[in-house]
Amino acid sequence: MAENEGGLESALRRRLLMGLAAVPAASLLPRLAQAAGPPTASVNTTGLAVTDTEVTVGILHSVTGTMAISETGAQQAEKLAIEEINAAGGVLGRKIKVIQEDSASDWPTFAEKAKKLLVNDKCAAVMGCWTSASRKAVLPVFEQYNGMLYYPTFYEGLEESKNVIYTGQEATQQILASLDWVAKEKDAKTFFFIGSDYIWPRTSNKIARKHVENVLKGKVVGEEYFPLGHTQFNSVINKIKLTKPNVIFTDVVGGSNVAFYKQLKAAGIDLSKQVLMTISVTEDEIDGIGGENIAGAYACMKYFQSLKNPNNEKFVAAFKKMWGDKTVIGDVTQAAYLGPYLWKLTVEKAGSFDVDKVAAASGGIEFKGAPEGYVRIHPNHHLWSKTRVGRALPNGQFEVVYESADLIEPNPFPKGYQ
Amino acid sequence: MFGEYSLGDLGAIFAMQGFAGLILFSVYVLMALGLAIIFGQMGVINMAHGEFMILGAYMTYLCSGFFQAHLPALFPAYFFVAMALAFVAAGALGMLVEWGLIRHLYKRPLDTLLATWGLSLILQQAYRSIFGAREVGVELPSWMMGSVQATDAIEIPINGLFVMAVTVLITLVVAGLLFASRYGKQVRAVMQNRVMAGAVGIDTGRVDCLTFGLGCGIAGIAGSAFTMIGSTGPTSGQLYIVDTFLIVVFGGAASLMGTIASAFSISQTQSTLEFFLSGSTAKVITLLAVVGILMLRPQGLFTLKVRR
Repeated sequence: MAENEGGLESALRRRLLMGLAAVPAASLLPRLAQAAGPPTASVNTTGLAVTDTEVTVGILHSVTGTMAISETGAQQAEKLAIEEINAAGGVLGRKIKVIQEDSASDWPTFAEKAKKLLVNDKCAAVMGCWTSASRKAVLPVFEQYNGMLYYPTFYEGLEESKNVIYTGQEATQQILASLDWVAKEKDAKTFFFIGSDYIWPRTSNKIARKHVENVLKGKVVGEEYFPLGHTQFNSVINKIKLTKPNVIFTDVVGGSNVAFYKQLKAAGIDLSKQVLMTISVTEDEIDGIGGENIAGAYACMKYFQSLKNPNNEKFVAAFKKMWGDKTVIGDVTQAAYLGPYLWKLTVEKAGSFDVDKVAAASGGIEFKGAPEGYVRIHPNHHLWSKTRVGRALPNGQFEVVYESADLIEPNPFPKGYQ
Repeated sequence: MFGEYSLGDLGAIFAMQGFAGLILFSVYVLMALGLAIIFGQMGVINMAHGEFMILGAYMTYLCSGFFQAHLPALFPAYFFVAMALAFVAAGALGMLVEWGLIRHLYKRPLDTLLATWGLSLILQQAYRSIFGAREVGVELPSWMMGSVQATDAIEIPINGLFVMAVTVLITLVVAGLLFASRYGKQVRAVMQNRVMAGAVGIDTGRVDCLTFGLGCGIAGIAGSAFTMIGSTGPTSGQLYIVDTFLIVVFGGAASLMGTIASAFSISQTQSTLEFFLSGSTAKVITLLAVVGILMLRPQGLFTLKVRR
C-alpha cells in the first residue's frame, strides 16, 4: 500500500510539473483555454474556487487513526473517479483540482477541516466522512457555510439535508428486502440480533425488529450490544447455542468483527448450516476477518465486487490498476466512487457550480455508469438503488444470491419503524 | 428464562459457559502479565503495552505468510516459531525503548505515562505505514481452528485451550524467574530500593533493561496468541489496554498473585453477567464493582508488605 501511495504522489508530482510546463503555452493561448466551457462569471456567482480551467473539490477522510481502516477505500475511489472525470475533459470544461485533508479519526477535526475546505479553499463540493458521528460533526458546518457534501456510507437514516447527498443506503433500503428474502428462502422465524453499541446498530436493529415482528410475524429471541472494541464473544455464542435462532443478524463493527467471527468458528458454529446475516461486513472487513472464518455468511449490501456487469468490470479493473492488485472493493468504496460522478452530472444539469443550484438540481439526476448499476437521486437526496444479498466465499469475495427486482425507494424517515 | 429448555441443554450450556470464563481468564492473565512486570515491578506506566502486543501479532502475520510461501510443509507448526519470534522482536524493541527513553524517566513516573502514550501513537502510525491501514488476516493452521467435541452437546474451542496452555506455561516461567532465580532476586531488590540495590553491587541499569524487555516480550507472545481470537490492525492494541490496566491495578500493582486473582474475578464476573444480561450492561456492572472495591481497597486486592 505504501508503494501505491508513493506511486500516486509521484504521479501527482509529474502532473504538477506538466502543469507548470503548460503555463507559458496556456498564457500564449488564453482564448483557446477558455473556449472549453462557459465563462466563469456565469457558472460561479458565489465566489467558489472556480477558474477558467479549474474547479476545486475537497476530500475529507481519515488517513490516520482508527477509522483509516475503513476510510482508505473511500478516498481511493473518490480519487479514481476524479481522475477519470478529468481524463474525460472535466466538469463544464474545467479540470477538478483536489484538496485532501486528513480528519485523523477525530470528530472535532472533521468539523475544523470541513470549515477549512469551505471557507479557506472555497471547495465547490466535498467528498467525505464515514461514520455517522463524523457526519453529524460536519453537518452544521456544511449548512452554515452552504457547502455540498457527498457522503458514501450506508447509515441509519433519520436525516435529510439540502447540503448532503447520501450515496450509500439508508437502513430500510439495506435491511427490509434482505429480511424478506431470508424469511422466504430460509423459512426463518426466529432471529438473534448482535451489534456494537452505538447509534447505527441500535437504529438498524430497531427497524429490523419491527419488520420481523410486524411484517414477517417472526420472533426476536435475543438482542445484544457490545461496547466498541469488545473482543470476547464466548458468552453470547453460548447464548446463541442455547436459543438456536434460525438467523443470527449482526451489525458488529471494527476490530470486534474479527474477534466475533473467529470465535464463532472456533466454537463450532458452522455457517454453512447456521444462517448468519450481516449488514456490517464488506470485502474490506473480510480482509481482516479471513475468508475461511466467515465463508457461508450472508451480507446485505447494494454492491459487491463480484457483480457481473460491464460498468463494474471496468471499475474493478481501473481501481486495481490505480491502487494495486491486492486491494478489494467494498460497498462503501463503490458508493464513494459515485460521489464525484453524481456531482459532475448535477453541475452539468444545473449549468452552474453554485451550491444552491446544485442542491436544487440534484433530485432526479441519473447515473447509468454506476458499478452497482443504474442509480437515481431522490428529491430527499438519497439514492434509489437495488439491494442485494451475497454469500461469503473462502476467497474473501461474495457470490450474489439475491437482487431486488426494482430500485428501492430511499425512506430516511420510515413510518411505523421508529 | 430457562423454563423452555431441557436439563441436558442447560447442563451443556453451563459447562461451556464455565469454559468460556476460564478462557477469558487466560486471555486476561496473558494480556496483563507483561504489564504486571513492567508496571508492578518497575513502576513504569507503559501505555504502549497494546502496541507491543500488536508487534507480536504482526510478527505472526509475517511468519504465516513466509511459511505459506516457502515452507508449506511446516505450516501446521509455524505458530510456535511465530510466538518465539514475537517474543524476540517485542523484547528487543522493549529493550531499545528502555535504553533510549524510559531509563531517563525513572524518577518521574507520571512522565512515563506521556512518553509511552506518545510512543504508542508513533508505533501505531508506523504499523499503518508499513502494513497498511486495513486489518490483516492471519491464516491459522487448520488444527487450531474448530472445537473439541467433549460430549454430544459440549464443544470446547481449540484456540481457547491453546491460549490456556500458553498462559499456564508463561505464568510458570515468569513465577520461576521472579521467585526462584538470581535474576528475580535482583529485580525485586531493585524494585524495593534502587539505591541500596546499586550499593550492594547489582547493575540496576541492566536489570531494568532486561525486565522491561521481558515484559514487552511477553506482551509480544500475548499478541501472537490473540491473532487466533481477535483482530490484527494498527490500532488493535487499543482494544486491550484498558482491560489490561484494570486487571493490574485491581490486583495490586506489585503482586503477580494479585494480577492472577484479579484476572480470575473480573473474567468470571464478566462472563457470567454477559450470559444473563447484555454485553454492554455486563461491562458497566463489572466496572462499577471494580471501582467500588478499589474505593475500599485503593492498593488493590494484594499488596506487598514493604517498609517505605
